[in-house]
Amino acid sequence: MASLEFSNLIKRYGTGKTANQVIHGVSASITDGEFIVIVGPSGCGKSTLLRMVAGLEEVSSGEIRIGDRLVNGLEPSERDIAMVFQNYALYPHMTVFDNMAYGLKIAKIAPAEIRARVNKAAAILELAPYLERKPRALSGGQRQRVAMGRAIVRQPQVFLFDEPLSNLDAKLRAQTRLEIQKLHRELGITSLFVTHDQVEAMTLAQRMIVMNGGVMEQFGTPEEVYTRPATTFVASFIGSPPMNLLKNAPDAKAGVITGVRPEHLDITASGWGLKVEAVEMLGAERLIYGRWAHSQSDETVIVRTEESYAPPAVGVTLFVTPRADRIHHFDAATGRRLENL
Amino acid sequence: MVERRPWLDALSHLVLILGVLVVAFPVYIAFVASTHIAQEVVQVPMPLLPGAHLWDNYAMAWQGERQGSGSHASVGRMMVVSLVCALSIAIGKIAISVLSAFAIVYFRFPLRMAFFWAIFVTLMLPVEVRIGPTYQVVADLGLLNSYAGLTIPLIASATATFLFRQFFLSVPDELAEAARVDGAGAMRFFIDILLPLSKTTMAALFVIQFIYGWNQYLWPLLITTKENMYPVVIGIRQMISGGDAQTEWNIVLATAMLAMLPPALVVMLMQKWFVKGLVDTEK
Repeated sequence: MASLEFSNLIKRYGTGKTANQVIHGVSASITDGEFIVIVGPSGCGKSTLLRMVAGLEEVSSGEIRIGDRLVNGLEPSERDIAMVFQNYALYPHMTVFDNMAYGLKIAKIAPAEIRARVNKAAAILELAPYLERKPRALSGGQRQRVAMGRAIVRQPQVFLFDEPLSNLDAKLRAQTRLEIQKLHRELGITSLFVTHDQVEAMTLAQRMIVMNGGVMEQFGTPEEVYTRPATTFVASFIGSPPMNLLKNAPDAKAGVITGVRPEHLDITASGWGLKVEAVEMLGAERLIYGRWAHSQSDETVIVRTEESYAPPAVGVTLFVTPRADRIHHFDAATGRRLENL
Repeated sequence: MVERRPWLDALSHLVLILGVLVVAFPVYIAFVASTHIAQEVVQVPMPLLPGAHLWDNYAMAWQGERQGSGSHASVGRMMVVSLVCALSIAIGKIAISVLSAFAIVYFRFPLRMAFFWAIFVTLMLPVEVRIGPTYQVVADLGLLNSYAGLTIPLIASATATFLFRQFFLSVPDELAEAARVDGAGAMRFFIDILLPLSKTTMAALFVIQFIYGWNQYLWPLLITTKENMYPVVIGIRQMISGGDAQTEWNIVLATAMLAMLPPALVVMLMQKWFVKGLVDTEK
């Protein structure tokens, strides 16, 4: 087990004028045993970052430290990491046992020890009855567990997960999420988990890194990211439906974006006037889409109400009031959060 | 097709049976001829039912003890030469091409694509086109009448390299990365993971290349001058004497029947592998 430290990591493909920089100086320090989720839209560099930690991508500049060791130049196998791939990457011609044991065999660990470790991992993951099967005879969820087993038996310093749940159906995904949490509690190994799914990120992370366009937008607990988003990107990326980012609110100042989450807008007798455009029923709640009554802008405001609230007719004017302690302000030019405004 | 029309079934069977007859009849004639004595074979009309000399003819052909003109090399010896050649060519081709495909797909070295295209372009040049210069090279190296001379020039294979390249490209990158994380070096990955996955491709290639090697005619004809280095295909040709001399067709055709056996066996035995490979697609 070890801490993990990035300092000013940069990844660039190609050289000279054609160089394409995809990660622009990411720095973060992760303490021993933490579960970190890296989340962002596709193409934001999150997988590249993970692969740089794994040693599958070269680091263009900056440093990666696992524990006290600088690992920039080390082969993946020398970094004391284990990785779970998106498509599991199980060796199709080997049995489940051999799949898990392969790395240990190469590391020349005694056969008895290998058997003990694999059996232990299989017991934790409930794979014991399948050890002699080939991957193709397993279901998606079982393959996923084999991939995790292969990571566990290596007893690494750091676990790396590259969107390991994206190939599972919704039910299995929720279940596996809980299993991963349980596993992390039991083993306490520092973990880095890449996903594009904000629900996964919010539920699994002790702290999360929100990335966009190769830049780390925010690094904090799910709580912080939700309640105090550092940028407009984070505000709109985390939370569903996304936060309303409003330029034309009745009391708006020039150059400031007002952010209010749909769930923090209360329908009141007076306040911000909205013309109702559409109403959606989601089950436990309703979403009301409206436009400003006072201006011609095409800004849409989303309001989230209880299902018990009788839906307003399209076209009527509704008044909403944001909760005072839940209003966010962002600089319109930089998108950064403004405090004490 | 799940159409059920009796007349269609009958028609397709008829076409298939006709096809089989067209292909099988000459083989049958050869077999019949190989069971008679020479005089009976050259009679008109030739007998259409097997005769009583099957064992004599085959034994004579196998040992090369006969009276007529033409080559007297024993078929046993020629079969050994053919077998060694066909096996070396098939195995050599697979070994060379699987390694070069591995290099081209998994390593980034300067001029990688240039090498690939160079190999690819040779696809367009069959042995016959480069036969003159190749003969010169082999002769200068003193490889005439040797197994090395018979096989090495035929081993390089663009087709097989290309096939393996396509197969390797279809193997997910994540597999190579997983192996790297597991600590497997390049050769370890090649031996432990890539080769087992290519088993079915190799089996298919082996069948094709074994038959290719066995049926080589022009090249062995050029570079073998001694009877003890004749592959069986050449041997058959050399038994047929020209001019007025009598050819012992019964012995020639017995030899031909024997020469047909190993490729047929390879196809029949490897077919099992083929089907097995097709049933459990591993990837």
